[in-house]
This record gives sequence, C-alpha cells and structure tokens, in this order.
Amino acid sequence: MELTLDMICIPSEDIVARVIEDELVIVPLTAGIGDADDELYTMNETGKAIWLHLDGGTSLRTIVEELTAEFNATSEVIAEDVLGLVAELVQKKIVVVQ
Amino acid sequence: MFEKEGMMIDEAPMTYVKKINSHEFLLGHGKPTLLSQVDIELTERCNNNCIHCCINLPEDDADAESREMSTDFVKGILTEIASQGCLTVRFTGGEPLLRSDFSEIYLFTRRLGMRVILFTNARLITPELAELFARIPLGNLIEVSVYGMTSESYDRVAGCVGAYGEFRRGVELLQHYQVPFFVKGPKLRFLQDEQEEFEAWAKTIPSMEHQPPGYSMNFELRSRRDDPLKNRTITKLRATPEESVAMLSRDPLALEEMVVFCSNFIGPPGDTLFDCGAGHGCCIDSYGHAQLCLPLRDPESVVNLHDVSLKSVLEEAFPVMRQIKATNPDYLRRCARCFLKGLCEQCPAKSWMEYGTLDTPVEYFCEVAHAKARFLGLLGADEMGWEVENWRERVERPARSVEG
Repeated sequence: MELTLDMICIPSEDIVARVIEDELVIVPLTAGIGDADDELYTMNETGKAIWLHLDGGTSLRTIVEELTAEFNATSEVIAEDVLGLVAELVQKKIVVVQ
Repeated sequence: MFEKEGMMIDEAPMTYVKKINSHEFLLGHGKPTLLSQVDIELTERCNNNCIHCCINLPEDDADAESREMSTDFVKGILTEIASQGCLTVRFTGGEPLLRSDFSEIYLFTRRLGMRVILFTNARLITPELAELFARIPLGNLIEVSVYGMTSESYDRVAGCVGAYGEFRRGVELLQHYQVPFFVKGPKLRFLQDEQEEFEAWAKTIPSMEHQPPGYSMNFELRSRRDDPLKNRTITKLRATPEESVAMLSRDPLALEEMVVFCSNFIGPPGDTLFDCGAGHGCCIDSYGHAQLCLPLRDPESVVNLHDVSLKSVLEEAFPVMRQIKATNPDYLRRCARCFLKGLCEQCPAKSWMEYGTLDTPVEYFCEVAHAKARFLGLLGADEMGWEVENWRERVERPARSVEG
C-alpha cells in the first residue's frame, strides 16, 4: 500500500507507547509487532515529534502543516519525514492506516 | 531532520525507529532507566513443597493468603512502578500461578507497557493461560523450575505426589502454543544420574538451543527464618565446596566467566555492606513490603507500601539503608578485608537468613569461595582471602587461566 498525505494513521491497539526519561518507548503488546516478541522501540527526535501528532483524527497532510508551523523547515522536508516515519511504523505494525 | 528555535533535532536519519537494547535496560540514548526491573512476589504459597526451598508455604495456608496483596493493591503498585519508568516486572513466589487473579494482573502489567518474567513450576499452566501467553507474549521469558526427569525423582524433590505429570503437561502446553521458556533446576546429589537426560531435553526446547539450563546448588536457608528443621535439611542438600568446584570446572563457559568476573569484581569491600545492586531496583514481597532484594526480609530493612509510596522508598529509604556499615568485629576482620568478595555469596541477605544479623560471615559461603579461589590459583592451600596483601597481582595473573 502506497502511503499518501491524505491518509489518517493511528497507533495500533497492539502496542503501548510510553514516555520514559523524555524518551518515547514503544512496547509491543501482541505477537507479530516488530521483528520479535521481546523487542522495544524508540524514535529519534524527528520521529517523536511526528508521533505526538498521530492521534487518529488528523490526516498526514494536516500533521505536515502543523509541524511546518512549529518547526523551521519546509513543508516538503517535513512531508518526507512524515511519510518516511509512517512507512516504517506501518511496516512494523506499530501504526495502522484508518 | 527539522529544526526548532534554530536547533536541528536530528541529522538526516537513516531510520526514525530504533530498537532498544532492552536486555541492558538502556534507552535509545544509552541512558539507563530509573527503575529497570521490579520483582514482585505474588504469594509465598506453593503447590510444591520442595525439599530445598527457602520460602514456600502450603498452598492452602489461609493465613498467608489472607495477608497477601489484594488485586487492586498489586495494580496500584504496578501503576506506580510504570510511572517510574519500569520496563520489566518479574513475578515470582511461591507459585505465582496459584493466585486466581494472575491473568488479570498479567494483562494489567502488559497493558501498562511493561514486560514480564515469570518464575513458575508450570504445574498450573492451562490451555487458556498458554493461549494468553501466545496471544499477548510476555516480552521476556518464562523460567520453569524442573525438579527431576521422572515422576519418582520429581515428586520426591517437590514433596508432592503427581506433581511431575502436571509439570510435564504444563510445559507441553507451552510448547504447543509456542510460548518461549527456559528451564532450570536444583543440583541435588540424587538427581545426578538424570543430569544428562535433563540437559539433552533442555536442548530440544527452541528457546534453549544455545543456552544450557541454569542450576542452583548453594541453597539458601529459609529466608523468613521460620523453619529450623527444614534448614537442617537444606544444609545437608547444599553442594560441598568440593562439589561447587567440580561444577565450576565441568563447564568451560562458566569457568571463563568466573575468571573474567574475578578480574573485574574482586577486591576487599571494606565495611560497606550493600556494595551490590540491592536497593537500586526494588523487590516487593507477597504482603506489600518493599525490600532491597528478594531474600532480604529483615523486618528492620523492609518498608510497608501500605504506608509509604514506592517513590519515597526508592528516593529516601533505600539510599539510607544502602549506607549501613558493618560493625561485627569478625566481619570487619575477615569479610571487609577479603579480596574474594567477588567470588563469595556473602551478603546481608545471606547473613540474615543464616544468623539473623546483616554482618555475620557465613561460614558455608566462605568455604565455597575459598575452595573456588584455590582452584583458580588465587590462593595457596593454607591462605585465607583476608590475609593476602598482593591480591591485585594474583587477580591479574591467576595460576589457572581459561586455557589452563
């Protein structure tokens, strides 16, 4: 499935996202998330900034607009990051496309 | 890759998502978590009555059961430790599966985003529980204690007729549902003939393909100091110093680890009693007491979590307890000056179990440590660890190397 900015994505119900020591930690809850059952994931600062906007009610395009207003970067650069992160998360089943 | 207030957040990333080296409890930036693991003893009751056990109470002990933490209390503790950044909870006992609310507690823990280690004898594993572990994996492993490879030997150790059959059924269920587990067992003399069979069977378990089973052999006395008669039995079951050395020499990997350990963690500890990891994490007993470590149940060193928050225990009570110094002249003459500290299991918990004080040298562990040190070439035949002044030279060049 090709991701587009018109899509809406939401964290999977099969993970738990926690913030520990200012770091975002993704804990798989069910089998089949990520590569192995015992792995945890974290994100770089770019990923974390995007993740905080993935509320399941906002399109990726709107998230790009929000982040463009928040950060000093062009919408093209931010859109590339948003699609890049979401592609990784969808592949690992950490987020789902609604 | 974008910036805020003139600061770049990230260099151009290759990936946005990173795996955490969770076994070292380090977050993505290499920082340790504040509270990496908490041990929770859900009950002291057990459906086994193992001859070497330091804690078990009968499974139908109504008094113990009535004093155990309620489901809501356990959930409150779990919520608090999750808020402190805890990543892993180890449920132990007694037999934790004796609690009728185990599945509820397990699911609650996992939904808080914490992983679970479960110590069990597997006798109470049901198809429903195995299916639950398959559907919502622990995120870590189940450790199954194995007390023999026949019903005769297993039931003799477990003190319970029919226990072996239930244990086998339990592990078969785990295997059927492909739930990963480790096995471990006590090293008892009358199980010696079954050791090969045990290790061969362990190798057939997928999660143990590259890891031999763990053994316990220097058994602890009753950790509540509640059963002098059983203590006498445990004392007889313990590996002798010679048997401990034989076990060490049998396993080249363990020997190598011991040599490396010696070079890193040997040296006189001085009068500081808690130079271990005790109190950096937390252990909680069946009744809601926070302990510096699981076997240390000295009433003076535990804190009732019904009265005090776990946060204050971690930030205030434990750091003070960790400053306790030894005052026993015998300890100060021997243990405080002994460079074999890293080889010796002497610790405040063991001292309390044996003598009811935190700083009494435990003769048994002293003898085992000295036997190992002589085997490793760190000590002469008649030397004692606290008499050696040039210990640094000996540790750097032990007479017995891994190759030797």
